[in-house]
Amino acid sequence: MTRDDKIDCDVLVVGAGPAGLSAAIELRARGVQRVVVVEREAQAGGVPRHCHHTGFGLRDLHRSLAGPRYADELCRRATASGVRILTGTTITSLENNGDARATNASGLHVITSRAVLLASGARERPRSARLVAGDRPPGVFTTGQLQQWVNVKNLPVGSRALVIGAEHVSFSAMLTLRHAHVRTVALVTDLENQQSVASYAFAARMLFGVPVWTRTRVIAINGHERVREVVLEDVATRKRRVEAVDVVVFSGDWIPDNELARRVGVEIDPGTLGPASDVGGRTSVASIYAAGNLVHPVETADVAALRAREVARVLAEDLKRGPSSSLFEQIALRVEAPLLWVWPNRVERAAPVSRLALRAKAFSESRLLVARQAGEEIARERVGKVVPNRALSVEGAFLAAADLGRGPVTLSLRA
Amino acid sequence: MTNDAPDTVYDVAVIGAGVVGCALARELARYEVSVVVLERSSDVGNGTSKANTAILHTGFDCVPGSLESTLVSRGYHLLGAYAEAAGIAVERTGGLLVAWDDEQHATLASLQEKAVKNGYGATRILSAAEVRDREPNLGEGVRAGLEVPGESIICPWSTVLAYALEAATAGVSFLFDTLVSSVTRLEGVHVLATTRGEVRSRWLINAAGLFSSDVDGLCNHDDFKVTPRRGELVVFDKLARNLITSIILPVPTQRTKGVLVAPTVYGNVLLGPTADDVEDPFATATTEEGIARLFEAGAKIVPKLVGEEVTAMYAGLRAATQFQDYQIRAHEGEAYVCVGGIRSTGLTASMAIADYVAGLLRTEGLELKERFATPATPNMAPLGEQQRRRYLDAEAIERDPEYGQIVCHCERVTRGEVRDATTGVLGARDLGALRRRTRALNGRCQGFYCGAEVVALLSQLSGRSPAALTGLGS
Repeated sequence: MTRDDKIDCDVLVVGAGPAGLSAAIELRARGVQRVVVVEREAQAGGVPRHCHHTGFGLRDLHRSLAGPRYADELCRRATASGVRILTGTTITSLENNGDARATNASGLHVITSRAVLLASGARERPRSARLVAGDRPPGVFTTGQLQQWVNVKNLPVGSRALVIGAEHVSFSAMLTLRHAHVRTVALVTDLENQQSVASYAFAARMLFGVPVWTRTRVIAINGHERVREVVLEDVATRKRRVEAVDVVVFSGDWIPDNELARRVGVEIDPGTLGPASDVGGRTSVASIYAAGNLVHPVETADVAALRAREVARVLAEDLKRGPSSSLFEQIALRVEAPLLWVWPNRVERAAPVSRLALRAKAFSESRLLVARQAGEEIARERVGKVVPNRALSVEGAFLAAADLGRGPVTLSLRA
Repeated sequence: MTNDAPDTVYDVAVIGAGVVGCALARELARYEVSVVVLERSSDVGNGTSKANTAILHTGFDCVPGSLESTLVSRGYHLLGAYAEAAGIAVERTGGLLVAWDDEQHATLASLQEKAVKNGYGATRILSAAEVRDREPNLGEGVRAGLEVPGESIICPWSTVLAYALEAATAGVSFLFDTLVSSVTRLEGVHVLATTRGEVRSRWLINAAGLFSSDVDGLCNHDDFKVTPRRGELVVFDKLARNLITSIILPVPTQRTKGVLVAPTVYGNVLLGPTADDVEDPFATATTEEGIARLFEAGAKIVPKLVGEEVTAMYAGLRAATQFQDYQIRAHEGEAYVCVGGIRSTGLTASMAIADYVAGLLRTEGLELKERFATPATPNMAPLGEQQRRRYLDAEAIERDPEYGQIVCHCERVTRGEVRDATTGVLGARDLGALRRRTRALNGRCQGFYCGAEVVALLSQLSGRSPAALTGLGS
C-alpha cells in the first residue's frame, strides 16, 4: 500500500480474533466478494495466541487445539478462503457511513465498505478500573498481560502471587504463574464461592495447594520499587490483613473494547457495555455490525466463533437485500440484578429469537428465569445453576409468547 | 552524565531536577557559566512535578501582592510562549468556577476583584443558565459561575523534559541517583557530599521541592518547613472527555477548597485533588477513603463522569509550608539561593521563577554573560490530542515507518516514539520515564495488550534487563 491509499471492500472486519476471522470466513463462504480483516497486532489470531493450554476449537472446529494452533488454523482458513488480512494496522476513526481511517507502517489509509463488522474483543479491567488504592509499583498484571509476559516474551514475573478473581480465567492465570515458577498464594474473590467448575478448584487445592479465599476484598497494593504486599478485607467482618506478595494478577471482570463503537455513536447496551445488537450483529447504526466478545464479554473462543458465524450469515443476507432493518423495528432485552447481561439484547420483531446467552454477577438460589413486558409476565423458564461469571443460557423459544410490539422485555430471576 | 574530572568546580550547582530545577538549568544555560543539576531520583520531573493537575494558571486566585502572584502571572505568559515554540501540548480550554450554594455564589464577586488585583481582568460572572449552556453535563444545583477564559491545560512532563533537554544540549550536566547528604563551604566553594561522590560549585541553588527545607537545613538555615500535602487524583477514560469543555473549578470557601474536574491534553478527564497533610515525603499512595471522597464530589459536579471507566489513580505531593507564599531568598554572602515552598503553581511559574532567581544571583555578584549562541529550543514529541500525533502524521510515517507501527494501542504510541524516547540525551531508563515521554502504558488497558511488548522493547533499547525494569533486581 502507498500513503493515503484507498481500500474499497464489501465488508471491513475490525479485529482478527476468533470472532472476526470466523465471520470473515463465513462471509466468503456466503459469496461476499471482498472481505478485509484489519488487525492492530503484528499477528492475526487474537487472544488464543497467548493461551498455551488446549481445548480451543472444540465446538467450532470439532478438535481440541492449543491456543496458538487454533489461531493459526483460523488464519490459514481465512487466507485460503480469500479473506484479506491486514495486520499491524489500526483503525483510528470510523464514520457512521462505515468509512474508516487506518494507520500502519506504510502510512495512512481510507477504507470504504458496504458494511463494517466490529469484532474488537474484550479486556480484563485493570487494577485502576477496579479502584484498588495504594502505590503503583511494577508487579501488577491482568491475566492477558501475564500470558503474553510468560508465553510470548518470556519475561520474569516474580515469586509469590495473589490472583484476584476465582472464575475460569483465574485458574488459567494460576497455571500460567505455575509455568513461570511463581507460587500462587491464593485466588481471592469477594463472592461466597469460586465460580469455575468444582473440579478446577479441587485440583488447584489438592494438586497445587492453592486455596480460594472467598468473601475477601482487595483494598490496596503497597510497595515502591515493586509490589511488597496486598491489603485484604474480610467482606463480612471488615477485618483487614496484609499478605506479602510481589505479584498481583487481576483476572476476569471483562469490559468490551468499545471505543470505536462508542465514538461512532452506536447504542451501547447497559449490561454488556458493548454495542446493543441482535443475533445478526445489527446495531443502531445501519452499516455497522458487531460480533464476538465485544458484544458478549466474554464467551469462550469457540462460542464466540460460532455466534460470529451466525452474525456473518445475517450480514451476508442483508448485503443481498440492501440496508439492514433499523433498531426501530427491534425490541430491547434488559436484565435485572443479579443478572449482568443478555445477548442478543435486541430482537427483531418478525424473526424467531435465537438462543440467549446470559451472565450473572452474583450467586442466586433461583433458577427460574422470568420475562416481563409492559409490567406483565410473559414467559418463565427453568435455567441451569446460576453462577456468576459463568455461561448461562436459555433457548430463544422461551420468548416465543412475547408480543414483540409491546416494548422492552425485562429478564429477571424469580424465587 | 558528566565526564568531568572530580576536581571540577562548577559555577552553579542546582539541587533538584523538578520543573523548577530544570527551568533554572535552562535559564542558566543561556549564560557563560558551568552548571550541574543533582537529582536524587533517576529522572527529571520525577517528584511533585510529575503528579499534579497539569493546569497553566493565570494566577487569578493567588494572594494579591505575593511573590507567587507576580511569578505565576508572568510565568503564565512565558511558559505559554515557550510551549508554543517547543511543541509542548497546551489547550486553551478556559476555566469555569461553579458556585453550588449561596456562600459560594456570594464569593464570586470577591474572586473577581481578587483576579483584578492579580492583574487578571478577563473574568466574567455567568448566570446559572449561562453556566449550564456552556457545560450541559454539570450536576443539579448550579447557582452561578465565574469564567476565567485564560486558564489552560498543559503537558507537565514535556515541559520539564523540554527545559532539561535544552539545558543538557547546551552543556548543563545532570547527575541522577545523586542524593546530597552534606554541604560545606570551603574557600568560597560549596562542597557537596553525594551518593555519587563530591561535587563542587561556587554557587548553590536549592530547588529540592519536598526536600527543600532539608537542603536548607544542610546549609544551616531554618526559614521554613515543608509539610507534604498529598493530592489524590482519578483519571477517567478518554470516552469521558466530551462531558466537559473547560476546567471546572471549585469556589474556595472557608470550609473547603473543593475538587476540580479538568480535561487533560491527553484527552482524559481528571478528578481531584484531595488535600491531606502527610509526614512521609514518599507517601504517594492513593487511599480507599480519598478515592471515595473524590467519587462523591465528582458525582455532584459531573454525574455522568463517575459512570465512566477509571484509567488511572495517582497521588502527588505538594511542597506546602507554614507560609502562604513561595520561599525564595538569596543568602547574602553565602552564594546560596533557596527556592523552596514552590506549591502547585510552580509548573506555571517555573520560567518566571528561573528568571527571578537569575536576577538574585546577579545581585549577589554572579556574572551572567549571555552566550554568543543562545541554546536552541527543543522540538518535543507531540503528546497532546490536539497536536498531530505521530500515528496520524503521513509525512513522518513515510520518512520513518516505525511511526506507523502502533505499540501501545490505547494511547496510540508508536514504536518510533518509544525509540526516540529511549535514545539520545536524557533518554528513558525506566518504565516511568518512558510513560512520561510517550504516554505508553498510560491508557485504559494499563498493559493488558501492550505491557509485555513495551517492557521487552524498552529492555532492548535501553540495554537494561526486564527484571531491573520491573523492580526484580538486575
